Amino acid sequence: MRTTMAICRREFKAYFNSPVAYFVIAIFLVMVGVLFFIPFFSQDRVSMRDFFGLAPFLFVFFAPAITMRLVAEERRSGTIEMLITMPVRDVDVILGKYMASVGLLAVALALTLPYAFTIAAFGPLDFGPVWGGYLGLLLAGAAYLALGLLASSLTENQIVAFVVALFLSMLFLMVDKFTIFLPAFLSPWVEYLGFGKHLDSAVRGLIDTRDVVFFLSFVVICLFLAFRSLESRRWR
Amino acid sequence: MTAIETMIEVKNLTKRYGNVRALDAVSFEVPRGQVLGFLGPNGAGKTTTMKILTCFIAPTSGEVRVAGLDISEDPLGIRRRLGYLQETAPLYVDMRVREYLDFVADVRGIAVDAKDKALARVVEVCGLGDVRDKEIRTLSKGFRQRVGLAQAMIHDPSILILDEPTSGLDPNQIAEIRELVKSLGRERTVILSTHNLTEVQATAGRVIIIHQGKLVADGSPEELESSRGGARYDVVLAAPGGGVAAVKEAFGRVEGVRGVDAAESGRGGEVDVTVHGDAREDLRAQIFKAAVDKGLVLLGLGRKQVDLESIFRRLTTADGAAGKEAH
Repeated sequence: MRTTMAICRREFKAYFNSPVAYFVIAIFLVMVGVLFFIPFFSQDRVSMRDFFGLAPFLFVFFAPAITMRLVAEERRSGTIEMLITMPVRDVDVILGKYMASVGLLAVALALTLPYAFTIAAFGPLDFGPVWGGYLGLLLAGAAYLALGLLASSLTENQIVAFVVALFLSMLFLMVDKFTIFLPAFLSPWVEYLGFGKHLDSAVRGLIDTRDVVFFLSFVVICLFLAFRSLESRRWR
Repeated sequence: MTAIETMIEVKNLTKRYGNVRALDAVSFEVPRGQVLGFLGPNGAGKTTTMKILTCFIAPTSGEVRVAGLDISEDPLGIRRRLGYLQETAPLYVDMRVREYLDFVADVRGIAVDAKDKALARVVEVCGLGDVRDKEIRTLSKGFRQRVGLAQAMIHDPSILILDEPTSGLDPNQIAEIRELVKSLGRERTVILSTHNLTEVQATAGRVIIIHQGKLVADGSPEELESSRGGARYDVVLAAPGGGVAAVKEAFGRVEGVRGVDAAESGRGGEVDVTVHGDAREDLRAQIFKAAVDKGLVLLGLGRKQVDLESIFRRLTTADGAAGKEAH
């Protein structure tokens, strides 16, 4: 646990030692601002719902940007060997890095809170669904980040990690829109695996246990695969 | 814990990458308080051995115990007891030296109250005082190497594994690191991988040479020089009547001679003879007498000590043949 936290702290600091964190957060905030507020003023409703619907699409780009470096860069530079030959388990490495990426996403999300307070000034805003929506976003974001970390653990090249994570994130987000092209017996499965259906209730500010279970299982599976991928160096 | 005298024990270690045998049934032991020079040409299997000792990769077969612990059973226990400096010392270049060492101390589980002392010690020993607050990316190769060394020593490990610690350093820095390795080797077990022979002679009490994944020599530099090297005599004779065979026979009888090679020199009327003998004796007088006894005309006679470098070259250039002769 102690080593996991030490690795997490280092990674988190590393984000802010490089331009990554600032770029990701700034561009995320600007895009949310533009894409959310322009339609907001043309409609007569005080709600964060459009933001919660929009953010998962932005995550498709931002989560891979956050995670692409995590393992790939350490493998390229050889620091992974320095790290793992200390008394550190492969699990600690994966978990520490993952927690740091979730931390950065949480910071980015927390910085959108002023938007909620801003629109609350225009009329009564029900904060119940807002907190629910944020929790849903954090869960979905956690799933994207786990996928991104998995992609990063498969290669030494950050760009490859980014593109693979982008593709997979897009696939999981959109796949349920294409079920009509699939044989009927597959549709319910694909629909279940896609993020779309699980995001629906979160957008409305509701937290459904089944969706929580889905996202958390998704995270666990991705992290487990990332762990296996890191560990596979031993047997090659 | 009782003192374990054999710190590293490697038995029949084999590692295959696909079809390539990187290590082939390598066995050796290292006692406490020894600096072991691990020699071999590039690609011989030195780094692979170190990666296995540090439990970074698993062997294909064989038994390895470090500090009495089995690598497959207690990799974390082993890593706690050893410090490792990789070749080229990769570091987190976005961190400051002090910050980085602090991180290493945290991961190594050094208690908060002992941390400052541990940090101060390695900063002092590795001469990092002036660069403590600099970002690692701005440091020269020599300083990075020292930061890597500080990283490997921060927890005062009983075993140090150093993979080419002096590569890329200037002569002054090389001398400093060698001094440091020597002083570390007084109480600790140090494995020093290198392809630099002077380095081994300057620091190591024992040498292992590996070539194409096989162990081809094991002993102190002096032992290797006397057993595998010895002395070589270059003799030039005026072409004798009995031909080359007679020459071989004449010198072969001399006491202390281990082998004789003779061949027409090509200069016309001369024969070049190479006589191999023991390093500790000087056989020049006997060779001269043997020549006189047989009526051979001696045109030249010289003695050369065969040093570690020639041994290394002989063992690591002949494909595979050297490996077979070793065991």
